[in-house]
Amino acid sequence: MSTEVQSATVIKAPSEPLFSKKNIKVLKDPLSDNNPVTVQVLGICSALAVTTQVMPSLIMAISVIFVSAFSNLIISAIRNGIPNRIRIIVQLVVIATLVTLVDQVLKAYMYDVSKKLSVFVGLIITNCIIMGRLEAFAMQKKPWPSFLDGIGSGAGYGLVLLFIGVFRELFGSGSLMGYKIVPDWAYEMGYVNNGLMMLPPAALFLIGIYIWIQRSLNKSLVNVS
Amino acid sequence: MHTNKYTFIYAAVLTIIAALLLAFAAEGLKPQQQVNIILEKKANILKAARIDVSDKSKLSDLYNSSVEEVVIDASGNPKDGLSAFNLNLKDELSKPDSERSLPLYIFEKEDGKKIYILPLHGVGLWGPIWGFISIEDDFNTIYGANFDHKGETPGLGAEISTTMFSDQFPEKKLYEGESQEVSLKVVKFGTGKDIPAEYRVDGISGGTITTVGTSNMIRDCIALYQPYFGKIKTTPIPQQNPRDNSGGTTIDTSGVLEN
Repeated sequence: MSTEVQSATVIKAPSEPLFSKKNIKVLKDPLSDNNPVTVQVLGICSALAVTTQVMPSLIMAISVIFVSAFSNLIISAIRNGIPNRIRIIVQLVVIATLVTLVDQVLKAYMYDVSKKLSVFVGLIITNCIIMGRLEAFAMQKKPWPSFLDGIGSGAGYGLVLLFIGVFRELFGSGSLMGYKIVPDWAYEMGYVNNGLMMLPPAALFLIGIYIWIQRSLNKSLVNVS
Repeated sequence: MHTNKYTFIYAAVLTIIAALLLAFAAEGLKPQQQVNIILEKKANILKAARIDVSDKSKLSDLYNSSVEEVVIDASGNPKDGLSAFNLNLKDELSKPDSERSLPLYIFEKEDGKKIYILPLHGVGLWGPIWGFISIEDDFNTIYGANFDHKGETPGLGAEISTTMFSDQFPEKKLYEGESQEVSLKVVKFGTGKDIPAEYRVDGISGGTITTVGTSNMIRDCIALYQPYFGKIKTTPIPQQNPRDNSGGTTIDTSGVLEN
């Protein structure tokens, strides 16, 4: 029955511009006001695990953007044919296929990073953000907005990952992207890298601070989640 | 509502498409993945010989030109027809003594001195730990080491894979006096004061079980190669002077290796 509603809207607005206001909103919302990590509080597990350095965070972010964008696109394209009773399984097959592809490509071309990410690439399959977007968005909407929503959701997740990664690598290892930032004289004067930053709890504190800042700036988010 | 027949066919077709796609991707990317795995092993072997391996493009050439691969059996005799590089120490350790083939890598430094690189395999807290350790041609002084692990606790046991830990090994000695068992121990900082400093490596705070595992791994794995080292050592060279290359060490050593 959603099919009928869908086709009705298609007839009403057949030539919506690719980057209409509505689509831009779909793309931008997850970056701030509807961030999957800080507002919907999804995908926390991997956000704690892979963010000790910026490079793995970045690769993880790109992987999630790829998987969420293309799973949204594929599911949206075949949404009218998916038998309702097995729709979750169908979604999982699509996600798992894409994740396995990403994993294989990383192992072939970015071996060092893939070793650092270890099981967490595979665990993208269970990342609630992706399945959540499929159920909430791609199953109802047309492929193009779904694709944008996937990119937006993945990027919203990636943004938080990078934020945490920068802080953890800077204060935990004194470097960024592997380049030394804290000079040697600082160490000679007694500066010590913060060991806590290398452990998962540091990421939890940083996400907490991120949420705190975000909600202080935008009061409408308070008590929303 | 879709019919059962439709649902089944849909599921089957979708699965087949996904399976085909993944099979092609996995097969297509396999050669490149193998290259990475081989390169990593080569890098780890060279790292144990204190070679800078940051330049990945030259790594393979350097390895091929400077490392000699040898396979020996449990009583220290060279074994022919096996590739040391393809042997897995973990598999060999699970075999009975007489069937073991032990890989050994011999690195020749620019000054002609030989460095013997041994693979290590042991047990940490959560899973296997492994590494490579290199020994100078007096078969007593450690030249370098590097370690890795499957899933030790980050920040604690996992620190064995850092250079901060492995850099302590060079210049340490294996055998104290006439001892036949490896005396080198990795111990908690402050303990083991009765062990002379050259047989003692500082362990990792909070990673005691991994530390003890590393210590045991070094002791057990080096013991496997003792017969071989004993044979090289007892070739007619003045034992007091094993570092003296002009004494014919190199010639005798290679003689044993080629047998």
